[in-house]
Amino acid sequence: MKSLIIILMTSVLVNNYVLSKFLGICPFLGVSKKLNQAAGMGVAVIFVMLLATAVTWPIYTYILAKNGLDYMRTIVFILVIASLVQLVEIILKKYMPALHASLGIYLPLITTNCAVLGVTLNNINDSYNFIESMVNSLGCGLGFLLAMVLFAGVRSRLETANPPEAFKGLPITLVSAAIVALSFFGFSGVVDGLFA
Amino acid sequence: MNPILLAVIVVCSIGILCAVVLVIAARFFSVEENEKIGAIRECLPGANCGACGYAGCDGYAKALAEEEGIKTNLCIPGGDGAARQISEILGVEFEDVVEQVAVVHCYGDCNHTSHKMDYDGIQSCQAAKMFYGGAGKCSFGCIGLGDCVGVCPNNAICIENGIAHIDTRKCIGCGLCAKTCPQKLITVMADVESVLVTCNNREKGAVARQKCSNACIGCKMCVKNCPSGAISVEDNLARVDYEKCTNCGECAKHCPVGCILVSDFSGIHRYSEDDEGQKF
Repeated sequence: MKSLIIILMTSVLVNNYVLSKFLGICPFLGVSKKLNQAAGMGVAVIFVMLLATAVTWPIYTYILAKNGLDYMRTIVFILVIASLVQLVEIILKKYMPALHASLGIYLPLITTNCAVLGVTLNNINDSYNFIESMVNSLGCGLGFLLAMVLFAGVRSRLETANPPEAFKGLPITLVSAAIVALSFFGFSGVVDGLFA
Repeated sequence: MNPILLAVIVVCSIGILCAVVLVIAARFFSVEENEKIGAIRECLPGANCGACGYAGCDGYAKALAEEEGIKTNLCIPGGDGAARQISEILGVEFEDVVEQVAVVHCYGDCNHTSHKMDYDGIQSCQAAKMFYGGAGKCSFGCIGLGDCVGVCPNNAICIENGIAHIDTRKCIGCGLCAKTCPQKLITVMADVESVLVTCNNREKGAVARQKCSNACIGCKMCVKNCPSGAISVEDNLARVDYEKCTNCGECAKHCPVGCILVSDFSGIHRYSEDDEGQKF
């Protein structure tokens, strides 16, 4: 139990996918202008990460690893995640149109999101078992949501700031993203101390 | 078994399995979309202004197609043309669109009022209002930094002489400016009306008069002279009840400060250089 909590806290704070590993930067910069959009994207990513892990972990363990094909995992995972997201979209459209209307526009974006692929591959690389993988995915998704929401707040402040002409637009956004990432650096080493 | 062959077989079979699942899902979970939604959506202008009361053009098209008894003339930017097309698609009777225009309830330009400070902060009305109610002497009036100009989808608004002017020929009546204005100075009204109180100051007459020579002083001359009882004075400010107003113009003739304006809003740029001629 303790190790699961450590995995969760580590993936949320220390190994934050956006701010420490720099995965999923595209939605982080693209969809973080408005707080509600950022939160919607974050929730959609949590959902897809959990689902992708639940499917890719058994495929790796019972099909690829058994046949000595573990070097094919990247390609197979891309294939599986892409069709999985499509499947989820079709089912959501049929049975939960309200949820589809709010998450629908983010799902195609997530299909090719490297953060989702990164989570599933890292679960294998860290040789987590199924439960640990799911907890790690949940943590990474929560970390993504946290980063998106925090950065949406920062960007709403940037709207009214008046930076020098050369910094306007994307440059000041990247600079502020770097400073937010720097603040997350402070979490390294904290988690081990929490449960010592 | 040959490892290359095995890899090919495994990856291909996973791919084919995914494809089969997707095909089956697309067949069994397919959603029948109402064809009318697409057809109606084509008729709408796509400004997504929300003037119809629905969440964008898609929302209005969906509501029209799926629910009975929704009026086809709610799209103000689309006008009669869109309403006629939608009525044809739905097979209901066509009703005229009530054309709407946005109007500014302030005429405190540089000739009528002045500043109480030099504001050099963030150039938006919203921000300026938070800083001691804006730079103008009158804290009810137009701040003139153009938040409304930014949201207008049709470039109908310009800032002239320190206040917002709406070009009624370009205005599509969507009301986005009315929602944006931090002073709540802009309202959307039917363009058949022509009486407008161009002041929003709710202070007592003498105080308001000191701040702006166009300010409504709440003297009730308009109330006394209105033949149809359409004007009332609340909070030291004249208000027109458009249900009763007959556009006769008596109020404007008797207004001592000239803050009541009578003009035809349907397609006439109200504020020409010779604006005395426009005011009675």
